[in-house]
Amino acid sequence: MFKKSKLRGEFFMQGDIACAEGAVSAGCRFFGGYPITPASEIAERMAYRLPLLNGAFVQFEDEIASMASILGASWTGVKSMTASSGPGISLKAENIGLGMMMEVPCVIVNVQRGGPSTGLPTSWAQADMMQARWGSHGDYGCIALCPKNPQEMFDLTIVAFNYAERYRMPVFVMTDAIVGHMTEKVVVPPVDEIEIIDRRYTDKKPDDYLPYAVGDDLIPDFAKVGDGYRFHSTGLTHDERGYPDMTEHAQLTHAVRIVEKVKKHADDIILLEEKGVEGADVVVVAYGITARTVVPAIEMARKKGIKVGLMRLITAWPFPTKRIRKLAGEIAGFVVPEINLGQMVYEVERCAGGQCKVKSLPHPGGGIHKFETVLSAIEEIAHAK
Amino acid sequence: MQNEICCESPIIAGTAEPETNIQHPMEGLLRMDRMPHIWCSGCGLGSVVTAFVEGLKKAGSDFDKVAVVSGIGCTGRVAGYINLDSFHTTHGRAIPFATGLKMANNDMTTVVISGDGDLFAIGGNHLIHAARRNVDINVICVNNFIYGMTGGQTAPTTPLQARSSTAPYGNYEQPFNLVGLAAAAGASYVARWSAMHVRRLADSIAVAANKKGFCFIEVISPCPTVFARKNMGGTGLDLLKSFGERTVIDHDADPTKIPIGMNDEIVCGNFINEDRPTYWENVQTGIRDAVDKENVYWKNL
Ligand code: SF4
Repeated sequence: MFKKSKLRGEFFMQGDIACAEGAVSAGCRFFGGYPITPASEIAERMAYRLPLLNGAFVQFEDEIASMASILGASWTGVKSMTASSGPGISLKAENIGLGMMMEVPCVIVNVQRGGPSTGLPTSWAQADMMQARWGSHGDYGCIALCPKNPQEMFDLTIVAFNYAERYRMPVFVMTDAIVGHMTEKVVVPPVDEIEIIDRRYTDKKPDDYLPYAVGDDLIPDFAKVGDGYRFHSTGLTHDERGYPDMTEHAQLTHAVRIVEKVKKHADDIILLEEKGVEGADVVVVAYGITARTVVPAIEMARKKGIKVGLMRLITAWPFPTKRIRKLAGEIAGFVVPEINLGQMVYEVERCAGGQCKVKSLPHPGGGIHKFETVLSAIEEIAHAK
Repeated sequence: MQNEICCESPIIAGTAEPETNIQHPMEGLLRMDRMPHIWCSGCGLGSVVTAFVEGLKKAGSDFDKVAVVSGIGCTGRVAGYINLDSFHTTHGRAIPFATGLKMANNDMTTVVISGDGDLFAIGGNHLIHAARRNVDINVICVNNFIYGMTGGQTAPTTPLQARSSTAPYGNYEQPFNLVGLAAAAGASYVARWSAMHVRRLADSIAVAANKKGFCFIEVISPCPTVFARKNMGGTGLDLLKSFGERTVIDHDADPTKIPIGMNDEIVCGNFINEDRPTYWENVQTGIRDAVDKENVYWKNL
């Protein structure tokens, strides 16, 4: 077979395509999808790319099936992904929970559009941030990455796969219709320069293997189907053997662990980008496309002599609680612009804990924050000092 | 057309001399550390599990290369008792889960075992599309005409007039004919047996294990606890006997014309056994040339 099947070099590439190429570079070889604007380009690219790499693309009958399928595929040891937008993610929610419960590595891309319901199919929003965190029922840990441009659609999709494999769970790429449909320069590094993490397989013999036994890192070792382990996995609360265990004890150990494992590794997972935050009076907390659209207002505020910094959440989940809490004790306040009616701002408020002001800058979607709105919010917080 | 009244009796354990080291005949293929199971006495599910294991043995399957996927419900618990790679998934989603598994590792014989409510109500869309694609998986649908685990609500298989906890005056919905639906959607293999026909069922399971394409086997199964209690009454054995008496074996029957009523005959048989190109084969052969041509372009990039 032809070996050279991955890109390398510089490209003028759409965000959705870059996401698919990032997945391919990360080793994704199964994609289960369903058409939905503005995420369809990811499925289309995977339909084109995976057969070239002896991978499988299946366009399913619905979003639910596509989510269930990537769990089944991942149990064979194959890296798998699905992509959708809000309405599709709502349908996937049930099996996202199964993935969390069974601890199945996989990646879910949400190219966010305006909601609720059918909302703004061809326009954007960032209004599914809390859905990513809490969208399936019950408690579980969550990892979500927020690319701000096509380059990061490539890079962070790879990070998402690495996190999914490392922490054995579904991981979200939370982008939006602007970044997904934006075309910009994307640099694809040579294959050997891309860091790829694979799930940790058990070194135990089948007779000694307990599918959900964990050590200090709280992450169980993986065994794949077909290797003679004859293991069981269920969406029910289970014990170390993977067997259903309907007790408070099992809930206290397993259900708590799938939350704790993310908390435990939060410092290794969290990715932040800070510009001018040290010594600032005002810190703008933004993510995804909003971290770009607010830059001119921040620059203008600086010209006016306001000490304002930008903290970009590259990972929205787990939330950088410690960092925000520390900053809150040092600054006059946070400004939190997001293309929703106030979601991540709840987290900022929670972490600030009343130590400083927190100003939400909501936007319902279909547009971006106005320069003056952001500037006057920064000025308001700075002057209130 | 050959009609034959079924006279097969269920396997009943003999009264052997007490031994010191008695092993269950399916030891190794059942998770003995999970026994006793949660099913009611008289339930048909035990017979289905027996037939499934017997069928795999007959087929000569490599047990390390068989995956069992179940949905939710009484039948959904089957995966948990069979000592193979096994998955107890979400309600109705066993088929797409299994499709992903099979497409990612074509070496696995992938069997979905689930109930009528799981596969034909909440999961109905997945079933018809998997049959349409002719995905190489086997689906064993245990049909007890009711939702057992949740306490006896109406299923898409509940016969007209039958009582359920959500049809206290009798069911007024037309039921699905499962084999007819599977056949119409394009399944390569379609059979119907009851929990009474353990040997014939095992034979069908063996055929399906070695057959390519989407194979569908319906198993009529007694649910004494909720279906019988709300309707004709009787024990599991009484129900099995009545299934036996009502059974007409007719392999030539048109599966779309044999719905199951409250008391009329139950037509069983191996209705369809055709060779159609599977989803996998279509991927491999149908697009190979185009893919190879495109790969030449990539090689020269
Ligand atoms: S409720 Fe019915 S189907 Fe369920 S285990 Fe009991 S007898 Fe079997």
